[in-house]
Amino acid sequence: MSEPVLRVENLTIDIPMAQGTLHAVRGIDFELKRGETLCIVGESGSGKSLTSLAIMGLLSKKMRCNAARLDFSGIDLRKQSPRAMRALRGDRMAMIFQEPMTSLNPAYTIGDQLMEALQLHRPVGRAEARARAIELLGKVGITAAESRLSQYPHQLSGGLRQRVMIAMALMCEPELIIADEPTTALDVTIQAQILRLLADLQREMNMAMILVTHDLGVVARIADKVVVMYAGEVVEKGSAREIFETPRHPYTRGLLRCIPVPGKTRPGEHLGSIPGIVPSLIGHMDGCAFRSRCDVAEVACASDVPVRRTGEDHMYRCIHEVQPGAPS
Amino acid sequence: MLMFTLKRLGLAILVTFTVSLLSFSLLFMAGDPASAIAGENATATDIEAIRALYGFDRPFLVQYADWLFGALSGDFGQSYYFKMPVSTLIAERLSTTMLLGVCGISFALLTAIPLGVAAAMRPNSLIDRTALFLSVMGQAMPSFWFGLVLIVVFSIQLGWLPPSGSSTWRHFIMPTVVLGYYAMPAIMRLTRAGMLEVLNADYIRTARAKGASETRVMFKHALRNAVVPVVSLAAVQMGFMLGGSIVVESIFALHGAGYLAWESIGRNDLPTVQALILIFSLFYIVFTFLSDLVNAWLDPRIRVG
Amino acid sequence: MARTIETVAEELRIPSPAAQLRKRVFGHYGLVFGLCALAIVVALAVFAPLLTPHDPYAQDLMGRMKPPFWMAGSDPSHLLGTDYLGRDYLARLLYGARISLAIGLFAALISGLIGTAMGVAAGYFGGRVDLVVTFLINVRLAMPVVLVALAVVAILGGSLQVVVCVLGLLLWDRFAVVMRSSVLQVRDLEYVNAARAIGCSTRRIILREIMPNVVNNLIVVATLEMAHAILLEAALSFLGLGVQPPTPSWGLMISEGKQMMLFEPWLIAIPGVALFVLVLAINLLGDGLRDVTAPENRG
Repeated sequence: MSEPVLRVENLTIDIPMAQGTLHAVRGIDFELKRGETLCIVGESGSGKSLTSLAIMGLLSKKMRCNAARLDFSGIDLRKQSPRAMRALRGDRMAMIFQEPMTSLNPAYTIGDQLMEALQLHRPVGRAEARARAIELLGKVGITAAESRLSQYPHQLSGGLRQRVMIAMALMCEPELIIADEPTTALDVTIQAQILRLLADLQREMNMAMILVTHDLGVVARIADKVVVMYAGEVVEKGSAREIFETPRHPYTRGLLRCIPVPGKTRPGEHLGSIPGIVPSLIGHMDGCAFRSRCDVAEVACASDVPVRRTGEDHMYRCIHEVQPGAPS
Repeated sequence: MLMFTLKRLGLAILVTFTVSLLSFSLLFMAGDPASAIAGENATATDIEAIRALYGFDRPFLVQYADWLFGALSGDFGQSYYFKMPVSTLIAERLSTTMLLGVCGISFALLTAIPLGVAAAMRPNSLIDRTALFLSVMGQAMPSFWFGLVLIVVFSIQLGWLPPSGSSTWRHFIMPTVVLGYYAMPAIMRLTRAGMLEVLNADYIRTARAKGASETRVMFKHALRNAVVPVVSLAAVQMGFMLGGSIVVESIFALHGAGYLAWESIGRNDLPTVQALILIFSLFYIVFTFLSDLVNAWLDPRIRVG
Repeated sequence: MARTIETVAEELRIPSPAAQLRKRVFGHYGLVFGLCALAIVVALAVFAPLLTPHDPYAQDLMGRMKPPFWMAGSDPSHLLGTDYLGRDYLARLLYGARISLAIGLFAALISGLIGTAMGVAAGYFGGRVDLVVTFLINVRLAMPVVLVALAVVAILGGSLQVVVCVLGLLLWDRFAVVMRSSVLQVRDLEYVNAARAIGCSTRRIILREIMPNVVNNLIVVATLEMAHAILLEAALSFLGLGVQPPTPSWGLMISEGKQMMLFEPWLIAIPGVALFVLVLAINLLGDGLRDVTAPENRG
C-alpha cells in the first residue's frame, strides 16, 4: 500500500473570541492517497473550509490549530517554519477558492498571475513561464490562451476566472489540490463543466484532491471518500459507496433525504429538511452536537458518544449502532 | 483610454473657465476699482481718467473677455502696486512655492504611507495607535500655530534652524514639515483603511496560497491596489497645500506666490490677486487631472474596457 | 427538542438595540472625550461673564504683559496674565470661545444648507442635475479656500458676519459630496420605491423617506466642517484678514502674541492650546459619531 499524501489526525482549531473560545474544528481524522478524491461535506460553519485552510497553513494568526498528526508526503506540517510552508504552498499543494470573482488580483494580468505561481517556485525565465501558462490555460479549456494572458481579471466571466484559478493551482503540478467550494459562486451549467474539468485533471495528473462542498450531488459524482462534518466534528466518514448506500449517522441520512432523486421523488412531494440551527460552538461542549436537531436523540446523547466502525474505513459517531428503521 | 483622457480634459478646461470667471468677478465685488487705484486724495476727474485708462468703463463681459485672452497668452495685466506685469511678478515667486509644495507633499507621502501600511499590518498595535494619535493631533493642530511653535522651539530655544527667509535649504525644513503635516493625517488614514480592506481581499489569500512571501504579498499584491485612492487624495492635497501655502509662507516669510498673495490682498492689488487665484486653481485642476491619468494607469479596470 | 425563538435569543444573548448603542457610545473613548471637552468649552463660553470679572476689551496700560499663574510675578486676579494692552487674557480666552463656537456653528449651518440641498438634489434626481452639481463641486474644490476667503474678506471688510458668510459659502463641498453619495445609496432601495409606488410626492419622499436615512452622515460632516470653519477663521484672523481687533478671536490673539513670542511664548501657547483642544474635541466627536453609527466603517 502506498504512503498517503495527506494524513490528518485529531486536528482541532480554536478561535479565541470576546465571549470565550470558539471550538471551530474538533478532532478531525482522515487520510488521502495519490489519485484519490476526498469530499468534505457539511453546512456553512461546520469547519470544512477552516480544515482546508489549516492544511495549507493559511489560518489567520488569531486561530489556534493543533493536531496529533498532520503529515503531507512524509513531511510533518506542524513542524515546518513559515518559510518552509511557503515553499510547499503553490508548489506541492495548491488551493482553489470559492469566489473566482474576487480571488484574482485586479491590478495584474492573467499572464502575470499565472507566471508568478510558477516563478515563485521554479528557477525559470519569463519565456518558459509564459509557455507553461499557455499550456495550462489550454488544459483548463480556455481558447485563445495566448491572447488571454494579457487580459485583466475584470474582463473575464466567473467561469473563465475559475478556470484561470485552476490553471494557476496546477502550474507546478502539485501532489495535493484543495478546492474549497469551487463551483458555489457559478451558474449551474458552468458548475458541471468546472467539476468535470477538475475531476479529469485530477485523474490525468494523478493528484490527491480534497473537494469541500455542501452539495451532495457533486459528491456522488466524483468522490472516492467522503467526510461528513457537523458543527466542527466528523460525524461520519467512509467510502463514497458506503456513505451513499449505508449511511449510519442521522445527520448524513438527513442530508441525503434533502436531495431529490430522479424517478423516485414525485412532483409536489416534500423533500426532507433538518429543523433547527447549528448550536453555538463557544465554550465547553460535550455529547453529540447534533442532538438538538436529531429525531432519534435520547438522553444518553448528552454524554460521551461512541465512535463506531463498520468495515475498514467506515466510521460514525452515534449512540445508535444501527439507526432505527435503517437497513443494516 | 483616449476617450477617458479627452473627457477628463474637457471637464478640466470647463472648470478652469468657470474659476477664471469667478476670480475675475471678484474685482467687481470690490466696488469701484478706479477710485481704489487713484487713492484717497484723487479728484473726480482723476478717477474718471484712470477708469478710461484701465478700461473699467466698458461692460463686464467685454472686460472679462479682454482679461481672459490676455491670461491665455500669459498676460495678467499690470500690478497696481508694483506697476509691472503681474506675470513677471508671479513667475519670480512661483518657483519657491512649487518647491515648497513638492517638499511638503513628499514629506507627507514619505511619512504617511509607511505609517499607514505599518498600522494596517498590525491593527491595534502600538504603532497603529501611535499613527492614529498623530493623525488625530495633526488634524486638530492649526498649521499657523504649529509653525510658530516650531519657530519657538527650533529657532529660538535650540537655535538649529533659521526662523524666516528662503535663501538656503535649511529655510525650507520647517515650512515643509508644517505644510506636509497638514496633508499627512488624511493620507495616512486612507492608506491604512485601504490596506486593511485590501488585506482582507480574496486575492491576497490567493497570493499566499501560491506561496508568495509576506513582503511580496504586502508590496506587490496589496499596496498596488491600496495606493489607487491614495494617488487621487495626494493630488487633491497637493492642490490644497499650494492654496494653503499662503499661511505657511507668511509665517516663515518665504517669498513665494502665497506670500505675494497675502501682500497683494493687503495692498488691494486686485490684478495680482485674481491671477494668483486662477493660478492656484490651475494647479489643483492640473494635479487632479494628472492623478486621474495615473489612476487609470494603475487600475486596469479604468484603463481597459 | 423544539426550541422557541425566545430560547434561541436567550442562548445567543442578544442585547437590545438601545443597550448596544449605549455600549458603543460609552465604549468609544474618543467620542466620550470629545463630547466632554466640547461640553466644557461650550459651558465656559456660555458662562464667561460669571467666570471672570474682567471685561475682555478693558485695557489697563499700567498692568501690561503680566505673566500667567505658573510663572514668577503673576497676579492672582489675572490667572492667565494680561496682553500687550493690559487686557485680561483669561477673559479674552473665554469670550474668544464664543467667537469660535459661533463661527463654527453658523458657518456649518450655512454651508450645510447649501451643500445638503445640492447633494440631495444631485443624488435623488441624477442626470443633468447631478452633472451640474458635480461640476460645481469641482469648481469649488479648485478654488483655493484660504486665498479666496482672504480676498473676499479684504474687499468686504472683516466682521464676524462677513467671515461667517464667506466661510459658509466656501465650505459646502464636503456636505454636497457626502450627501450625494449617501442619497445615491438609498435612492433605489425598496422602501423608497414603495413610497413612489403609492404616489408620495417628491418632497415627501425626500423629507420622510430619504433624509432620515442619511441624517447620520450629515451630522458627522457637520461636526467636521464646524472644526474646519473654526480653524479657518483662526487662520484668517491670524493673517489679519478675519475678525478685526479688538474682538477677542483666538486667531487674532495668536497673531498679536506673535510679536512677542520671542520673550513671552505663553502668549501664543494659551490661545493655541485652546484652539487645539476645541478642534480636537469636535473632530473626535465627529469621528466617534461616524464609528458609532456605522461600525462597519470603522478604521
